[in-house]
Amino acid sequence: MPTEIDAKDLHYRDLNRLLRAKIAEGEREFILRNVNGQRYIAAGVSEKVRLEIYGTPGLDLGAFMRGPEIIVHGNTQDGAGNTMDEGKIVIHGMAGDVVGYAMRGGKIHVYSDVGYRVGIHMKAYIDKVPVIVIGGKAGDFLGEYMAGGIIILLGMFSRYPERPIAGIYLGTGMHGGTIYVRGRVSEHQLGLGLKPHKLTEEDEALLRRHLSEYCEDFNLDLEEIMKEPFVKIEPYTHRPYGKLYAY
Amino acid sequence: MDFLRGLSKDISGCGLSGVIHRKGELIPGEVIVKSICCQEERGNGLGAGFAAYGIYPDFADHYALHIMADHKKALEEVEELLAHRTYMAHEEPIPTRRTPGIENPPLFKRYFVKPKYEGEVREVCGPEDEDDYMVSLVMEINTRIPGAYVISSGKNMGAFKGVGFPAQIADFFRIEEYRAFIWTAHNRFPTNTPGWWGGAHPFTILDWSIVHNGEISSYGTNRRYLEMFGYHCTLLTDTEVVAYLLDLLIRRHGLPIEVACMALAPPFWEEIDRMPEEERELARAVRTVYGAAMLNGPFAILFAYNGGLVGLNDRVKLRPLVAAEKGDLVYMASEEAAIRAICPDPDRVWAPKAGEPVIVELEPGVIPNQRSYLRGPERGTGAAACRYPGE
Repeated sequence: MPTEIDAKDLHYRDLNRLLRAKIAEGEREFILRNVNGQRYIAAGVSEKVRLEIYGTPGLDLGAFMRGPEIIVHGNTQDGAGNTMDEGKIVIHGMAGDVVGYAMRGGKIHVYSDVGYRVGIHMKAYIDKVPVIVIGGKAGDFLGEYMAGGIIILLGMFSRYPERPIAGIYLGTGMHGGTIYVRGRVSEHQLGLGLKPHKLTEEDEALLRRHLSEYCEDFNLDLEEIMKEPFVKIEPYTHRPYGKLYAY
Repeated sequence: MDFLRGLSKDISGCGLSGVIHRKGELIPGEVIVKSICCQEERGNGLGAGFAAYGIYPDFADHYALHIMADHKKALEEVEELLAHRTYMAHEEPIPTRRTPGIENPPLFKRYFVKPKYEGEVREVCGPEDEDDYMVSLVMEINTRIPGAYVISSGKNMGAFKGVGFPAQIADFFRIEEYRAFIWTAHNRFPTNTPGWWGGAHPFTILDWSIVHNGEISSYGTNRRYLEMFGYHCTLLTDTEVVAYLLDLLIRRHGLPIEVACMALAPPFWEEIDRMPEEERELARAVRTVYGAAMLNGPFAILFAYNGGLVGLNDRVKLRPLVAAEKGDLVYMASEEAAIRAICPDPDRVWAPKAGEPVIVELEPGVIPNQRSYLRGPERGTGAAACRYPGE
């Protein structure tokens, strides 16, 4: 039986203190109800725990965490998965700005849209390859300064029919990692020097692997997603600003 | 070194919240207090405030002057000036209550006035200049009377602000006793200007009020530009320029809100180059003519007037803004949680795009002296305006 916590009118400090105490006691499954705006939920937690959150968790959900699996039945605010190291965040609604900021490992699956600067400064190291999958559309600066990891943008489950799949300055300053976009993306949306490329067979396999997990999380049909071709955006050099100050 | 550590900052950002009832029905003050208090961590106790529209129905045709004064003498000087320049229908202290944590508050009084502006002068200049008359009166009080500041000067509206957390300022000004069809609220985290009573948000002129999260690095440019038109900044805070820019651009120059917002947060030249021709020409003209009105730096603002509530982000969205709708109510706030605290089940929640205003006007003819500044969809907006999703 998961431990239930009613977060109504609970300050974020008290909520996190309670959560940590229960984890220290050995509890591994939690249901958090009536969450509204409490910051830093599960921040820095290094245990393999599972949290189901009902409501709107506050800023920096799961920041620095190493292991937990967080399922959000609702939207998240800014900074979800900030510098997270391991584990997974599944968001059944939309997410705010700077999702997965400086993310080092683990996964973030968002069903619908995300805000600005998602995946900014993501990085990867040997077997640590963070992944963000976005079912809806993204704002400007997606994958800005990206140094590693994978972002997959589907543009399918969006509340903004009038908006393009991604904003402008996509991948600006990126020097590592890959962004996959379902459908097309105009070159003017991309950061300086970036170009959309065709997928290789390895890319296809990788996409299928990550997207089948995504489909399981949201009960979606993988073939429907794969019907449309993807493009990928990769850095053209690992030092895009290498010569900026040299002349 | 200890004292240096004491000066170190908590990292945070200001919090905003606003709500409007599109049919002009009145919303109790507790609602906005609950919403802004949900964002407690966004401020640090150095400022909070509220703007309320529709709170003085008995004096709806009078300008309600909220005056903040450091001492009695300043108030007396204000009253002497008002006696010369205005007809006063009513005056009273703004009701306050002794609140723990609020120490040495200034004096607050409100005056309901009409400009002494009639006879030949009025025939020649026309009645529309009453607003200009009031603007210059506000500037005169702010610049000439030491220790006196006009906190708000619009009809049927008022601003309440001071140094404290939102709950304290709400308690101090007895916000729960007011009912308004538009509310905005602010929780302040001052970054590079002093946390004093006059520097709390909202900033106002006439019925314009603005609350702001961010930093306006173009303050100097904006301020000098505004001085050419008779606006003087006296409140030592960057946000003050926005209130005056709105008055200048929208009321005096007659720019529709969409175009004024484009002047404040213009698209990049690269984006302008990609626009269709008509839009491109407008955008070029706005950037050329109103370069000095552009707000540089990160911001999310909410501004209101007798007729509408507008939310606007800087063009690269360096501050958060969320909007939601439930029936005739529209909400905007820094955090979605602040909206859900007072509207747990909105019909629609969305994140406005950078530089695209969310403009919500009241239905026509629901309040006295109602103003509408929309350019309207039939004329095309020119500016990329998000009036509403789906509209």
